[in-house]
Amino acid sequence: MFDRRFFLKGSGAGMMTAIAAGRGATAAPRIESRLIMILLRGGLDGLHALPPYADSEYRRLRPTLALTMADKVVDLDGYFGMHPALKPLRPLYSEGELLFMPAAARHYRDQSHSEAQNMLENGSGKPYGARDGWLNRAILGLQPGQRKLALSLGPSIPLILRGEAPVQSWDESEPASLDEDFLFQIGQMYRSDPLFLDALQTGAPDAAALIDPKTRPDTENFTDAATVTAEQLSRNDGPRIAVMEMQGWDTHFDQARRLNLLLGQLAEGIITLKQGLGQRIWRRTAVVVVSEFGRTAEENDRQGTDHGSGGLAIMAGGAVRGGRIVGHWPGLNETSLLDERAARSQNAYESMFKAVLIDHLDLERHFVEDKVFPNSSGVLPHKGLLHFS
Amino acid sequence: MKDIASFIALNRFGLGAAPGDAGRMAGNPRGWLRSQIKRRPPLPRALARFRDSDSIMTEIHRARRTGPKALETTLDAAYRRYSTPEIATRTQVMIGSNTPFVERMVMFWSNHFSVSSSNRIVGPAIPAYEREAIRPHVFGRFSDMLKAVCSHSCMISYLGNTGSIGPQSRAGRQGDRAAQDQSPLNETLARTILERHTLGSEAGFTAQDVTGLAQALSGWSHGGLRPDGDTRSVHGRFEFKHDFHQPGPKQVLGRTYAENGLQEGVALLDMLAHHPATARTIATKLVRHFVHDDPPSGAVDRIAAVFQRTEGDLAAVAAALIDLEEVWENAIPKVKTHYELVIATFRATGRTRPRAQEVMEPLHLFGQVPFTAPSPAGWSDRSADWIGPEALMQRIEWLRGLASGLPATLYPETVLRNTIGPVAQQATRDWIDQAPSGDRAIAMILASPEFQRR
Repeated sequence: MFDRRFFLKGSGAGMMTAIAAGRGATAAPRIESRLIMILLRGGLDGLHALPPYADSEYRRLRPTLALTMADKVVDLDGYFGMHPALKPLRPLYSEGELLFMPAAARHYRDQSHSEAQNMLENGSGKPYGARDGWLNRAILGLQPGQRKLALSLGPSIPLILRGEAPVQSWDESEPASLDEDFLFQIGQMYRSDPLFLDALQTGAPDAAALIDPKTRPDTENFTDAATVTAEQLSRNDGPRIAVMEMQGWDTHFDQARRLNLLLGQLAEGIITLKQGLGQRIWRRTAVVVVSEFGRTAEENDRQGTDHGSGGLAIMAGGAVRGGRIVGHWPGLNETSLLDERAARSQNAYESMFKAVLIDHLDLERHFVEDKVFPNSSGVLPHKGLLHFS
Repeated sequence: MKDIASFIALNRFGLGAAPGDAGRMAGNPRGWLRSQIKRRPPLPRALARFRDSDSIMTEIHRARRTGPKALETTLDAAYRRYSTPEIATRTQVMIGSNTPFVERMVMFWSNHFSVSSSNRIVGPAIPAYEREAIRPHVFGRFSDMLKAVCSHSCMISYLGNTGSIGPQSRAGRQGDRAAQDQSPLNETLARTILERHTLGSEAGFTAQDVTGLAQALSGWSHGGLRPDGDTRSVHGRFEFKHDFHQPGPKQVLGRTYAENGLQEGVALLDMLAHHPATARTIATKLVRHFVHDDPPSGAVDRIAAVFQRTEGDLAAVAAALIDLEEVWENAIPKVKTHYELVIATFRATGRTRPRAQEVMEPLHLFGQVPFTAPSPAGWSDRSADWIGPEALMQRIEWLRGLASGLPATLYPETVLRNTIGPVAQQATRDWIDQAPSGDRAIAMILASPEFQRR
């Protein structure tokens, strides 16, 4: 369907040579690689961010939500395109600094956000399987000592960064405020309690938000967070790793309008990172964008989509071998994204994470297999996602 | 926590589930509540370091004699040094308490005998007032609490009895003629005792009864009031002033009380404490607090009967409340006050040692700082008064913000199980399950009607 263009460097021995060559060739101290994880909370709808706009099945499944060329989809390969709000990222794609992995999958098959997020972040292969986060365990492999190698941008440190390794927090972040998603869900929860429901309907600043939200979702200062991240990661002795979070992706209703805003902010955030880091550091940077799960291929009756399995992972940065769409695409015909077994091993999030840890942060593979993602030996690191420096 | 009875014990009688509560309850919620009823519950250690009302009021009254400027400066300092920190500590004590039923009863009686810093002079000593006049008696005798309260300089000052002078008293006869157009007798304390503290407004007492009680209480003052030329030292304790006391017999509720100085008031308060109408008023208020906004009459009858039979033994009354079948029939009939919500939230999220500023911020935001009730009637005990549109939005916003700052290792499933688990409706569970992040799931739990109710 499309060319995945795996330009593998070759065998394991070849890779080792490449790394050694990279290290030996530079007289000046090598710039340490940087990793920025962006967690989209709520379940990103991959089919809306990266629409298979040329697929008639897509238009059938999504009579109101499907995006077409008339919606100014940014074509990538004649089958997939980018949501128009992601257009600022088009130059990155052309320059080989942006890739997409559609149908990204995990083994988790339930529908709970908190369980799915917990599993995505603890790295043990099951919800609540570990009390610390895989990225924190990975940092221990970098032997940080007292140096805070990681930066957390949210109001609290997310599970992915929790653990023994010291983490720097961005103190200025505000506690979360109310957004329309949250008020909508609260409103649904209050339906059986008239005292609370009446008070909420009168008291919600935009009471209409409960039924027909037109207000802008809370931006959570994502661009500000990107600015701070870039500042901090530009320093020579500062953190090398950052985790950013974005809320509001749980688009059960009014999806088109809401994702338009959110995807626009995501694109702006990534551009802000690139500009803030500067070419020198951007070259050594990988940005990984993931969400706890995907959404149903079929739209629901509220112009939204519900919790599903197939997700979308995005990588950006000068260290990324981009300009392509990677992984196995099962298609929308007959078999749903959810049941496609072939997709699992190739498109597993863990395969991408492992590749980043081994190829980008230069962690030993056995350390990653033993300590960071135990019980995951069935999932191989996804080859060729990153340049070797 | 598994069963509805545990939920009720923890929320209606306690202050919300905290880590370890389930273990202490050991599957026996009623037994856990009964075990907290002690004739004289110990003063929580954190409160023992605060000063007594006497020394606080002495300082203030000394400054008052120096002049208005000195008074202002001293009051500011006294709020800062005494009441502000003690209010925070009292709240922290309740958040961390292992005997939350005791603390709830302190809250209940403190609200029944409400003193508010709307009277600026008494403000700094009100937490001490609660410590001295309320706490020791919550499982003691009602008459002892009533007398301790009415003879406390804070209550006397708050309800204007300090300078209440019988017209025929020595001071009343010496007063200048112009001032005598207006009776120097202040009836506020007497009226509040009859209407709020004992008989209740429906008991049918008359203006004459109020005057009779006010005359008996004339002279119930404190050592902060010293006319010019009076060389006795200033202090902040109760003081009976013979010069202010109305001489002669007093008429109250159709009975005549012969002149007996200080003892008249004592005898009258004892009589009121044992009056059947008082039993009824207290029982109604307790049943409203522990059963339903509209107190079922059967439950009121039973509590009133226990109150009457035991002559106001509050330990027996508390035990009788636990035994009311009506208590255990409905899981969430009431709404938590703002203060209760703040306490329950910190307990539920395992933050049992929050900083003073963290607990005071929401109380200021919601407008329910302890000891600032708008009138001597205290805070309302009716659900609808706590869930107005603005108040609810403020609650949700605060809960959302608080949840976002909790450690990611606090799992929504754990919080749900330990708090509203036994009473959560399916719809509530579904929406919590669907919350797009752990902190939002916890915010949903805290914002749920089940959590905000009790």
